[in-house]
Amino acid sequence: MSTAPRRPRRLRHLGVLLTLPLVLLGSGCTAGSATGGGSDAGTGEEETTLTVFAAASLQEPFTELAERYEDEHPGTTVRLSFAGSSDLATQIAQGAPADVLATADTVTMDRVVEAGDTAAEPTIFATNTLTIAVPPGNPARVASLADLTEPALDLVLCAPQVPCGRAAADLATAEALDLSPVSEEQSVTDVLGKVESGEAEAGLVYETDVIRADGAVEEVEDPATGAVVNEYPIAPVADAAEPDDAAAFLELVTSPEGQEILAAQGFGAP
Amino acid sequence: MPAASLSPPLPLWVRVPAAAGIALVLLPLLAMTLQVDWARFPALIGSEASRAALALSLRTAAASTVLCVLLGVPMAAVLARSPRRGTGLLRGLVLIPLVLPPVVSGLALLSVVGRQGLLGAGLEVLGVRIAFTTAAVVLAQTFVALPFLVLSLEGALRAADTGYEQAAATLGAGPTRVLLGVTLPLVAPSLLAGVVLSFARALGEFGATITVAGSLQGTTRTLPLEIYLQREADPDAAIALSFLLILVAAAVIALVRRRGVR
Repeated sequence: MSTAPRRPRRLRHLGVLLTLPLVLLGSGCTAGSATGGGSDAGTGEEETTLTVFAAASLQEPFTELAERYEDEHPGTTVRLSFAGSSDLATQIAQGAPADVLATADTVTMDRVVEAGDTAAEPTIFATNTLTIAVPPGNPARVASLADLTEPALDLVLCAPQVPCGRAAADLATAEALDLSPVSEEQSVTDVLGKVESGEAEAGLVYETDVIRADGAVEEVEDPATGAVVNEYPIAPVADAAEPDDAAAFLELVTSPEGQEILAAQGFGAP
Repeated sequence: MPAASLSPPLPLWVRVPAAAGIALVLLPLLAMTLQVDWARFPALIGSEASRAALALSLRTAAASTVLCVLLGVPMAAVLARSPRRGTGLLRGLVLIPLVLPPVVSGLALLSVVGRQGLLGAGLEVLGVRIAFTTAAVVLAQTFVALPFLVLSLEGALRAADTGYEQAAATLGAGPTRVLLGVTLPLVAPSLLAGVVLSFARALGEFGATITVAGSLQGTTRTLPLEIYLQREADPDAAIALSFLLILVAAAVIALVRRRGVR
């Protein structure tokens, strides 16, 4: 006879069931957590912190711009938060502490403006165009936009709900292309990842993404991609903690100095 | 069962953290139901994209659960009846998907079935592709859900009284008949709990799916992926779909509790 202590079966059963909501909730919590959270209250009196929310595609130039700004304004720390434009807009609507917002498309910025969360009219400070990215060696021998309509091609695009997908849909309309992707990704970096890993044979990404990928993907140039130009707007956020620094940062971004940094990363002039 | 009535009383303070824990679980769920735009709810749930996502989710989660049972029951039986020494490492390893971030699970799966993966390259030659197909969704879900079934079943099998099995064997029943006719019915409640857990995990699967399978309406875009996408375009639709997912989860729990508690 076994005399090991046994919990009543019913309770054990219940315990398993009680973990179920955690399982369900725990499985969907990957995105949107990599952003700057609480404010740095209690720093020295002369120290100021400027918080800039910028679209994920702006990571390289804005990191450089922030360093430049800190050099030119001693005592000011620029805190950067990069995420998808829609995520940033949602965070600002929920009261996230931001001084400046730069998005990857005007549609998202217009939503923020409509909600009354900007302190001034947005300014277009950069442009970006789509281009064809293929894995190294171009295994499917894609040569032009027209090749993307090939039904057997594993083409990956952004979903039409996000800025890069809207741009891809606009381009397909402008060039009368019938595109049938095998996957519609959440962000342009996801598209890039699928092309880099070779899972996708071609993808539409921004010019700047190809530069960022630094050889991990090849670009197939087609002048027709210039038909759709994506505009990047920037605006000071309403109720900014540091409105003066916000204005000065905006000035830097739109200055010839700032434009040079953006151009070096492949962004077009407004 | 008399155990509950005989147990000594709990200290009163235990109720404070217990209540906080219950609030932690229930408050977000309740708060979200308050955010549901009820006027648009039927339209949001009934949109073509939503229906496609729900149907795909139910179909793939059901298929994954079947796979979990077909693979997980034998796994649990073998692990439970093997001596602890020697199989301890294996036991730990098969539970790894439980603690891995789903994105990592996805990347690991890609390194097997991806185009440049261990088996993917060979499969490609045979004309079989797994990435970007519904099969990839089922594969990802099964990978992450399997440990839940194995975990809940193995413990029960280990704790189960082997007297009945020995009696059946003495009376002439073969090993297969003992396993199917005696052992598994003995642990039926735990098996059911394991089935529910793995179904729920499969239904909620997100990270591994989006990594291996991509996201395409009707093919790979399950309900969690649709929720994540709609959050960009129409937050109200994301909330409505989230509420739908909670309803499905609650329905599953209710179904099992009724059958399990009797």
